[in-house]
Amino acid sequence: MKYSAFSLLKQALRGHRHWPQIIEAPTKLRPGYDIVIVGAGGHGLATAFYLARNHDLSDVLVLDSGWIGGGNTARNTSIVRSDYLLPASFELKNFALQLWDSLSQELNFNLMYSPRGYIDLAHSDGELEHFMLRANAMRLGGAEASILNRKQITEKVPAISLCEDARFPVSGALFQPEGGIVRHDAVAWGFARGASSSGIHIRQNCPVTDFDIDSGKVTGVRTAQGKIKAGKVLISAAAASSQLAQLADISLPLEVINVQALVTEPVKPVLDSVVNYNAGLSYISQSDKGELVLGGATDGYSSYARRGSFARIEDTLARAQQIFPMLSNLRLMRHWSGTADIPMDGNAIVGATAVENLFINCGWGYAGFKATPAVGWSLAQLLAQNAVPDLLQPFALERFESGALIDDAGIGPYPWLH
Amino acid sequence: MLLIPCPNCGERDESEFDYGGRALAYPVLDASPGQWHEALHLRTNPLGDIDEYWYHSSGCECWIRLRRNLSTHKFSRLTSDESNT
Repeated sequence: MKYSAFSLLKQALRGHRHWPQIIEAPTKLRPGYDIVIVGAGGHGLATAFYLARNHDLSDVLVLDSGWIGGGNTARNTSIVRSDYLLPASFELKNFALQLWDSLSQELNFNLMYSPRGYIDLAHSDGELEHFMLRANAMRLGGAEASILNRKQITEKVPAISLCEDARFPVSGALFQPEGGIVRHDAVAWGFARGASSSGIHIRQNCPVTDFDIDSGKVTGVRTAQGKIKAGKVLISAAAASSQLAQLADISLPLEVINVQALVTEPVKPVLDSVVNYNAGLSYISQSDKGELVLGGATDGYSSYARRGSFARIEDTLARAQQIFPMLSNLRLMRHWSGTADIPMDGNAIVGATAVENLFINCGWGYAGFKATPAVGWSLAQLLAQNAVPDLLQPFALERFESGALIDDAGIGPYPWLH
Repeated sequence: MLLIPCPNCGERDESEFDYGGRALAYPVLDASPGQWHEALHLRTNPLGDIDEYWYHSSGCECWIRLRRNLSTHKFSRLTSDESNT
């Protein structure tokens, strides 16, 4: 069914009792598929969607051990932006930003993309100079970016404290007008619906327990619901990547780290852009419901627990309050955690593995949401055409051995510091 | 929130510590690039225990080696042999 004002009216007149299911769950899985995608997160579902849309491939199965929107896709703070300095990071995320722009129409599903502007505060002249470098690099790459002075910051975001004697002084900011937020669970459901309506099978609550590998080539997957033959397999499972890759005897260069997000009680509109500030390694935006959504640095140590530490909450809020003093009047309503899979250079791993026909997409850490449509688009190309698209080449797994690392922050092999 | 069992100071709040990452066995300096790649980069990330280093920066200022479960955050005791390696 196509969603439209007409269908809404029709269903309203029938008391909203006859809306079809968003995705059609297959009653019975086929014995084999051309392509099996392990992980029905945003990336996996976007890949499935673009396989059908761009390459006319629909003999595809997407498996997930949990449910759609139950993992990192719906655990992030839903920010999209492309303010990266290194070309590899910038190009993929900027392509995603171009796709976000028309994706709601494309999917016939309201993703609530709100390009409200992204502001990254600089706390010193040195940092501001780095932001100028980054803004110039972005403009050379075709994105819009500019530098705001203190007066312009006050005009855009009156809630920011710009006192001269502030704990974290503000010297200026980088501004990307196309940055903003996208409704994250709508992204998962929108891609799921798009893929499912092309005949692609999506099976939730069906964990993969093993891979069938025959003389160095993957031939199928074993699941809790039986054995499924597969021409190609893509692992796109975020925090579960290490466990899954281990089943195929692959060790990945990444560690798992807990990341938290926090939400205040809802208030009237006070903040109409997304603000990032490195003083807190934090970012803040206001949801449509009026809640202020904040995120901070990682918890700083390896964990699968999805249970945040109070020390990090306190630290994130104390720093946020220095930048936005009005936050001291608000109560925290809820918070949640997710497990980020962070590689040794802090950047994603996408491409082929040592096992033939087994591909991997992982290591997105806490930066994967914004890239979702571009990753899906490019992975579909990789799976359909058997050639690595230019956008993905820098993200190959081999880079850790060859030394061609993409370390945006220059931190080194310490995932908990990225 | 972790309550970290420091062998010198007893159980202390995690905010007193800095994380030092996995307790790795590094190869000899002139080992092959492949061996160094394996040691520096590749991890297993088990759902169970790992051995790791913590620095008790607001306490005894010692690097300590501990075993912790990645799923439950439960610390378990290392034998004196293990904590000396």
